[in-house]
Amino acid sequence: MTTESKPTIQFTPERLAKVQEIIARYPEGKQKSALLPLLHLLQEQEGWTSPEGMDYVASLLNIEPIEVYEVASFYTMYHLQPVGKHVIEYCRTGPCCLMGGEEVYAHLKQRLGIDTGQTTVDGQFTLKEVECLAACGMGPVFQIREKYYMHLTNERVDEIIDELSK
Amino acid sequence: MEETKPQLLRVTIDGIQVEVEPGTTILQAARKIGPEVAPPAMCYYQPLKGSGGKCRACLVRVAAGSEKDPRPMPKLVASCLTPVQDGMVVENTTNPQVIDARNGVVEFLLLNHPLDCPVCDQAGECDLQNFAFDHGKATTRYEEDRRTFEKNDLGPYIQLHMTRCILCYRCVYTADQITNKRVHGVLNRGDASEISTYIEKAIDNDFSGNVIDVCPVGALTDKTYRFKNRVWFTKPVDAHRDCPTCSGKVTLWYRGDEVIRVTARKNEWSEVTEFICNTCRFETKKTSDWTIEGPTKVSRASVISANKYRADAIKPSFGQRLAAAEYKPIHDERDTTQLSIQQLPPERFAKLPSAES
Amino acid sequence: MATKILTEHINVPGIETFDVYRKQGGYTAVEKALKTMTPEAVVEEVKKAGVRGRGGAGFPMGMKWSFLAKPEGVPRYLVCNADESEPGTFKDHYLMKNIPHLLIEGMIISSFALGANKSFIYVRGELMYVIHILEKAIAEAKAKGFLGKNILGSGYDLELVVQPGGGAYICGEETALLESLEGKRGNPRNKPPFPAVKGLYQCPTVVNNVESIATTAWIVNNGGDAYAGIGIGRSTGTKLISASGHINKPGVYEIELGVPVEDFIYADEWCGGIRPGHKFKALVAGGSSVPILPANLALTLANGEKRLMSYESLSDGGFATGTMLGSGGFIVFDETSCIVRNTWNFSRFYHHESCGQCSPCREGTGWMEKVLHRIEHGHGHQHDIDLLVDVAKKIEGNTICPLGDAAAWPVASAIRHFRDEFMWHITNPQEATQPGAVYRGDLALV
Repeated sequence: MTTESKPTIQFTPERLAKVQEIIARYPEGKQKSALLPLLHLLQEQEGWTSPEGMDYVASLLNIEPIEVYEVASFYTMYHLQPVGKHVIEYCRTGPCCLMGGEEVYAHLKQRLGIDTGQTTVDGQFTLKEVECLAACGMGPVFQIREKYYMHLTNERVDEIIDELSK
Repeated sequence: MEETKPQLLRVTIDGIQVEVEPGTTILQAARKIGPEVAPPAMCYYQPLKGSGGKCRACLVRVAAGSEKDPRPMPKLVASCLTPVQDGMVVENTTNPQVIDARNGVVEFLLLNHPLDCPVCDQAGECDLQNFAFDHGKATTRYEEDRRTFEKNDLGPYIQLHMTRCILCYRCVYTADQITNKRVHGVLNRGDASEISTYIEKAIDNDFSGNVIDVCPVGALTDKTYRFKNRVWFTKPVDAHRDCPTCSGKVTLWYRGDEVIRVTARKNEWSEVTEFICNTCRFETKKTSDWTIEGPTKVSRASVISANKYRADAIKPSFGQRLAAAEYKPIHDERDTTQLSIQQLPPERFAKLPSAES
Repeated sequence: MATKILTEHINVPGIETFDVYRKQGGYTAVEKALKTMTPEAVVEEVKKAGVRGRGGAGFPMGMKWSFLAKPEGVPRYLVCNADESEPGTFKDHYLMKNIPHLLIEGMIISSFALGANKSFIYVRGELMYVIHILEKAIAEAKAKGFLGKNILGSGYDLELVVQPGGGAYICGEETALLESLEGKRGNPRNKPPFPAVKGLYQCPTVVNNVESIATTAWIVNNGGDAYAGIGIGRSTGTKLISASGHINKPGVYEIELGVPVEDFIYADEWCGGIRPGHKFKALVAGGSSVPILPANLALTLANGEKRLMSYESLSDGGFATGTMLGSGGFIVFDETSCIVRNTWNFSRFYHHESCGQCSPCREGTGWMEKVLHRIEHGHGHQHDIDLLVDVAKKIEGNTICPLGDAAAWPVASAIRHFRDEFMWHITNPQEATQPGAVYRGDLALV
């Protein structure tokens, strides 16, 4: 597997500059430390963490692809399968459930017509269950990309979905 | 006279004192005493740097930390990683808490294990089988579904049967430390962790076959040997050849006149002494390729020794003698009254041969 | 008015900017430390303050600092643990989001004290927006000469790096965090060696929680003795408590350690009482991993005295009748809560978050979750209860890192205090699996 084929994925020039900046944060020879930030950059650009993307990141950091696969598959934020435009990461942990999180989640699933792990047929929404998002006092909570949506109710969920569907 | 070996540390394990070099771990000190006090090791592997600490099979109690600070350690410690201190007192098989934890580890390791020993190539030389024999129960308390994986080919020589894997990481360290490129690793996490190449890839490397030898269970098996035999029907013989890639020192496994398997040589702790190349292992299976050194020394307790090599047999250890003396038939809970099975007379159940014989 | 060490200015508009923070007295501690104190003197003040690790373990911070090895010619690192993920805990999120410069000021002081020239803030990746807030604040501080080369002309250099996690609770364990920071899977390391000797990149390293590091600004300004004068006994200073669940006012509160649990729950200053029309059933006082307590034991000690919000008082009675302050994740349950369901939920969390490295945790957490799932869904057996207790016991203390304990304690404690409720689920599966069904048997509701 040493074929030096041209990577099918390429960071944009702005992101490549960011890659250089990130790698420079760590001491000489410790560039592997940049792996998690680079995977976030990759997913930000590509929408998901594809095998080609991971191979590309491995080449940027001069590490073996398996080292990237091992890491990407350990952490839950990296989507190893293609996802919809909006990935809803819904907190399923205790404190949110105390605030009615399970009922709101049932409503959300019904509203989108999909189950956990699925994507709507129009490719707009993917639904994921995640563990505690550290916003327990504001539950129920979900996250879409960097944004937290808190104090969720059935009505609030409908508003958010309506807004994002526009 | 004390000046002759001032640097040695004294450690007492299960009441037996031994002197070892500084930096020695409890497990290595115990091995120095002998197999009767050596804790089991499912992940630790002396030739592989960084191995150990994961399976928790070798947990022991440190009843006194050292001569200077004789306080006990608060928790059980992994003996494979904990260095001895002068005056340390360790409890291994003599401590019920240790035995309890070890029984727990066996139970945990077997939860998701398929227990397919009857069709597993590793049967008879499996560390998990031995560990379960020593510390396991005949019944399970686990009622849930077991985790399963599809079988997976890692190239032409190696098959991965992930369902049997106990995640010792030995094969990962092996690939890191003795091959030039690692393509397999541990993916996912928790009990979804698996050994994999992620996207299908062959492990293609001169030394890749060594992952088979280091695997404590039947998760990584030799495809050129698969289902060809049971290990107790084979006769291991030490041999060597002039190999340009490795030391060429191997064990040949004979069935009749046929070499059906080639492995690296292992010490009494099932650890490879010298890693061998794939050419020796997979492609050099004619007796004429080899200079035969003689029968491999095998412990008499091993099924591999069955009715072979009386002259070379290693004397049974204290532990095996104890096992023989305390032999109890396994209680069969099935109701046999409905079957027309005749009770055999008790004298038919001969005791295991005692050490004196 | 109770002393506020961390949150005094948190509601000042614009406090997230350098200028407003500075106007409120921000960065004076950096000036004081770098211009008038030696690193040893800063360590001494932190030791005197007696501040204990706010991430959950409660280990004295000054002592942790004094363990740091200082071999010649080897860099030392300070890593801030901002991987806040323990269910019930959201204080660091609150602090970093609202007043990022307080953490940065603390990082500068702590790094100076430890002799670190490059320090990291490891923030859980989900809080990417907080990472942007911190990065912006760092850029501001750098522009004003509080970071970078020769800070305030003192000759001291410091660079701060914010590192995102990737989604893994286990990275809150300090050695897993270091592995993750090195770009690896978050597998905790076997100890020893401890990070103080071999940490990040095998160099001596201190890992401290956000809140712990943030206290150092106040300690430098006011002195360790002044800090130690706040609180009660060995529980010195203030603590951020993240309050959630069935209370009137969920949120983050800074309390002086020693406040009665009862006051914290019922006073308007804090939680404002149980939500109207409901009764107090149980409390998880310090994040999901600490033992759950029934209401009566949460409020009073076995000897009848009031239980206080302090390390000692919360753990009074051991695990038989006590719990732990932990990370201060304060989760209140009223009588509508099902303890079995919550225990299953927490158990699922630990199963999901186990790194999978060591066998008792990898296999045991999944086993407990499955058994609890069965009980919750009406397929339990009476022997399951003792099975759970035994499995928890076989995990506890036998794993590489404390996640095993954290997974075992909630299960063991829920059964210890709510065994009848588990039994009700097992013997009344039809009734117990109705939507909203909750055990209404003999319970000491308050």
